[in-house]
Amino acid sequence: MDKEVLLSLFRTMLKIRHFEKRVERLFLDGEIPGFVHLYIGEEAIATGVCANLRKDDYITSTHRGHGHTIAKGADLKPMMAELFGKTTGYCHGKGGSMHIADFSIGMLGANGVVAGGIPLAVGAALASKVKGSKQVAVAFFSDGATNRGTFHEGLNMASIWKLPVVFVCENNQWASTASSKEMLSVEDVAQRASAYAIPGITADGNDILEVHRLSKEAIERARNGDGPTLLEFKTFRIKGHFVGDPELYRTKEEVEEWMKKEPIERFKKYLYENGYLTKEDEQLIENSILNEIEEAVEFARSSPFPVPEDALTDLFVDDRGYDYY
Amino acid sequence: MRTITFSEALREAIAEEMEKNPLIFTFGEDIAKQGGIFGVYKGLGEKFPGRVLDTPISEAAINGAGVGAALAGARPIVEIHFVDFVTCGMDELVNQAAKIRYMFGGQAKLPVVFRMPDGVGKSAAAQHSQSLESWFVHTPGLKVVVPSTPYDAKGLMKTALHSDDPVMFMEHKLLYGIKGEVPEEEYFIPFGEADVKRQGKDVTVVATSRMVHESLKAAEELAKQGIDVEVIDLRTLVPWDRKSVIKSVRKTGRLVVAHEAVKRAGWGAEIVATVVKEAFDYLDAPIGRVGAKAVPVPFSPPLEKFVIPDYKDVVEAVKELF
Repeated sequence: MDKEVLLSLFRTMLKIRHFEKRVERLFLDGEIPGFVHLYIGEEAIATGVCANLRKDDYITSTHRGHGHTIAKGADLKPMMAELFGKTTGYCHGKGGSMHIADFSIGMLGANGVVAGGIPLAVGAALASKVKGSKQVAVAFFSDGATNRGTFHEGLNMASIWKLPVVFVCENNQWASTASSKEMLSVEDVAQRASAYAIPGITADGNDILEVHRLSKEAIERARNGDGPTLLEFKTFRIKGHFVGDPELYRTKEEVEEWMKKEPIERFKKYLYENGYLTKEDEQLIENSILNEIEEAVEFARSSPFPVPEDALTDLFVDDRGYDYY
Repeated sequence: MRTITFSEALREAIAEEMEKNPLIFTFGEDIAKQGGIFGVYKGLGEKFPGRVLDTPISEAAINGAGVGAALAGARPIVEIHFVDFVTCGMDELVNQAAKIRYMFGGQAKLPVVFRMPDGVGKSAAAQHSQSLESWFVHTPGLKVVVPSTPYDAKGLMKTALHSDDPVMFMEHKLLYGIKGEVPEEEYFIPFGEADVKRQGKDVTVVATSRMVHESLKAAEELAKQGIDVEVIDLRTLVPWDRKSVIKSVRKTGRLVVAHEAVKRAGWGAEIVATVVKEAFDYLDAPIGRVGAKAVPVPFSPPLEKFVIPDYKDVVEAVKELF
């Protein structure tokens, strides 16, 4: 891989990390309402997968969707404004963190329903096949989602129709407060692919180069009409389920153990050792990211809230005759 | 004018639109080879290869794929075998289809039609006989269509296939075989426009789907007894034509609402509440409601007949107002 691509991956991962850290602070300070689920520690997956997608390819995301949104190429300003509930947000303040979306880049939305995005991605892939547009759809979800019926129905449907879809399981070990060890009937989620006669691969989700390589293959396979793949990337949810989660269900040791394997430090080490990154370049990259984020925060802060009556817009394309009251 | 069946009218609407718009395709259980369990898709599988797809029995994935395909720029028609099975794909309708445009701030268009046969058949029992339209009426973000005649079915389906919003298209299974006049020329019926199926001056009966036919039969019966009934077919429940209903009640001074769905908390209650608020001074009597009794639909013919309303219930409800 050439240096440019490597640094671009690094930049995206770092951008997600800093965005999430900033969001955590803003939430704790009371500037962001609602619930916030952070992607810290899982950055390599969204980054590695989305780097292989075209702008017009589709992704569906989860309640933990900031990383996917950034990796697909979203603008931080309307993103942050949406988290603030401001009218300049991607969803004009109607979605928030759990429903962030940017259809202009094929990001079909974070989804508050676990495994809710899976059939949507299958449908987007079906549309691509019917249209002959060669677009690929990627469904991101976590280990918990693979216990839902929509996962199984979706994989089966995608398999029988050989749809251009890639199922990306971010096995972050924890579904809310439940350990995947207790809730999964299998050791590896990828084993479940065999039930649907599609390739299932388990890999280290904290290794950006591995994520990039495997998702490239799966996406090419999908685009060439060879059908879906289930990729399971093992990773770890370094933060609680949501900001403010007291995390009574797991030990500090477990988190510390995984911190040693976190993806950004690992990738940085690789970049330094191979001469792709210098201290100076790292500083430049970091500063530009921090600036971009601060600009987004300023944009969000200075944007107006929607007026109450805005609640009665955006429901239908054609709302003639519809009673809102 | 020629007469065709309700089923044929739907098929014509779908075929005409598929002919014109390559983005329309359809999927569901038993539709391509079988033509749909009620025959609506008969011949379409051969006519439009690759665009009429048989699915596995996976209602969640079927409904969800309908949403996803619409988001990705296609115009899917989704068929759920029986409305009763929509429960297996409810999240995809209520939490996804209904909310995606709204919660994403209007970024999305959802040009998807969910067709589903509802209502009693012939002793189909509790899990193949329901009328569940009120669930969808209660969910902001879905349009709800409930046609009663071949003419309406075709015109409303044509409109549904031009709609950029998700449409729940509820088809009563006892109506598929009925015949009615349908012109050869193309036409569309807009959503939110009721149809006065019978003019009358003494009482207004608001009905949909099969109960329109029962109400018309009741009106004939009541005419013999000197009561002149106006029958209004709402045709769509979201949006619904409140103007036509209010206008009619202001004329007749009496109202009965009739649906096959369970009466308790059925959409008829919404009509009643609206009329009480907006035409209270015009009412000469309390308002009558006709709907199924609040039990699951039982199997045995005498039990089913007792639970599900028919024209006699409408006659009775009207007579109570005089």
